[in-house]
Amino acid sequence: MPFKTETIEPGTELLTVNMGPSHPSTHGVLRLILTLDGERVVKAEPVMGYLHRGMEKISENKTYTQFIPYTDRLDYLAPLSNNVAFALAVEKLVGVTVPPRCQFIRVLVCEMSRISAHLLWLGTHAVDLGAITVFMYTFREREVLYDFFEALTGTRLTTSYTRIGGLTRDLPAGFLDGVGKWLDRFSGELDEYEKLLTKNKIWVERTQGVGVLKAADAIDLGVSGPNLRASGNEWDLRKTRPYSGYEQFEFDIPIGTTGDVYDRYLVRIEEMRQSVKILKQVVKGMPGGPINVDDPKLVLPPKEQVLKKMEQLIHQFIIVTEGFDAPKGEVYHAIEAPKGELGFYIVSDGGPSPHRMKIRSPSFVNLQALPGICVGALISDVVAIIASLDPVMGEVDR
Amino acid sequence: MPSVPTVASGRETTLRAVEKLREVFGDSVKEQTSFRDEETLHVDPARLLEICRFLKTEGAFAFDYLVDITAIHWLDKEYEYEVAYLVCSLKNNALLRLKVRAGGSTGIDSVPSLTGVWATADWQEREEWDKVGVVFSGHPNLKRILMPEDWEGHPLRKDYPVEGIGA
Repeated sequence: MPFKTETIEPGTELLTVNMGPSHPSTHGVLRLILTLDGERVVKAEPVMGYLHRGMEKISENKTYTQFIPYTDRLDYLAPLSNNVAFALAVEKLVGVTVPPRCQFIRVLVCEMSRISAHLLWLGTHAVDLGAITVFMYTFREREVLYDFFEALTGTRLTTSYTRIGGLTRDLPAGFLDGVGKWLDRFSGELDEYEKLLTKNKIWVERTQGVGVLKAADAIDLGVSGPNLRASGNEWDLRKTRPYSGYEQFEFDIPIGTTGDVYDRYLVRIEEMRQSVKILKQVVKGMPGGPINVDDPKLVLPPKEQVLKKMEQLIHQFIIVTEGFDAPKGEVYHAIEAPKGELGFYIVSDGGPSPHRMKIRSPSFVNLQALPGICVGALISDVVAIIASLDPVMGEVDR
Repeated sequence: MPSVPTVASGRETTLRAVEKLREVFGDSVKEQTSFRDEETLHVDPARLLEICRFLKTEGAFAFDYLVDITAIHWLDKEYEYEVAYLVCSLKNNALLRLKVRAGGSTGIDSVPSLTGVWATADWQEREEWDKVGVVFSGHPNLKRILMPEDWEGHPLRKDYPVEGIGA
């Protein structure tokens, strides 16, 4: 490993402490086996799998459409983003591109999820370090976002919003106006969070110089997303490999310099501002037109037609019972999810379900950076480091 | 970000890298498939390590980022499993998938570990061993990562029932 290891004086009595799997600051069921020399961490070993549900195995026995609800339960803080990632991967395999309106709506939900996920990260991160006020503020805004998600998809969490080749439903009336109004207010809210934390002496002392992840180490460890950028690497899939029409929007990629907990904080705060910038462009430029591709073998026909027309009834029946026939081949498609590079690698042997599907989850790979940067830190810093890497166990364990 | 090349120029870099690999490694580089603008290159497992080192350190390509390792189990082929490595060059915005085949009648029973080339290979190889049962030789700590330590079998093999064994 490219990290320093602590030198231990002979005769030192080391203590092994179990942190998790049910510990409030591990954000789910992460377990760490910490070896301590007093309060200093000598070794940290993450133990995962407590939330393993065998999603990849399940996918091999479901049609592509049937797998969409499972993606909600990957990164459960940004289900819409996972829905989009999966749909894009399957669409790449099938070889279709969705209409512009669908692309815009997908960008809309992805960026709203990013803000929602980052708000949860910010609130819990602050609570972990003893600042409970921020939590109240961020959860108030998250609630507004959840109301939007509910209006759009019918549920708060298990959204299953995308379909292969489109979406389940179009935007409800007045949705964009509502989002627009909220965006105007939210920029001010972000300033408030920053007032509470950015120059707060306790916050700065607890985060600056803690958990430093160097740029080269981040790349070597395959770290992605805000964690990679906070270490000073300019890499954002929305810019480098644009998908779903991201090339049409103007936004900046914030990067850090030192790669400590504080930098990861600053990068995510700025990402929220950039998401607001993107969302304003989406709201302004939302095109009209269909939301689904015009392919009756792929997309379910409108319900009223199913009830009246024989052909539509047959299409509906085949898609629901058998699924569609995907071509043979293998594709990898990744999006810049709130946590980093969320990719689906689908190996298709033809037929309605994948032969093998790998979910390349950002949290799993990012978590690998944890043992290295914990060494030498205080046990209270470990709490800050976990929160700053922002793993979500639904995605780590799959 | 003006510094990162476009996807199209990244693809050109990938194709150039494949050509260079053929030149340097000769017969160890086998067939190449292209699907939906993604390049997959089959290579000889015996020389995988050298090929990866070459891709990572050769300045013009600099495939410094290992995105993903996936093992794929097959029932009806002469090989038992394939391992796919997706490598990325952040500098060139290039992606290349390397694939090795092993097991079955190939006579190869393990795949070299890439932990010495990219640190990220550690957990990813553990995961693929856990799920598919691929032995990565030279891995410093090849133990289960998602399944419990005392679990029997490898669930993502095609002969492993969905309901679990004995269910």
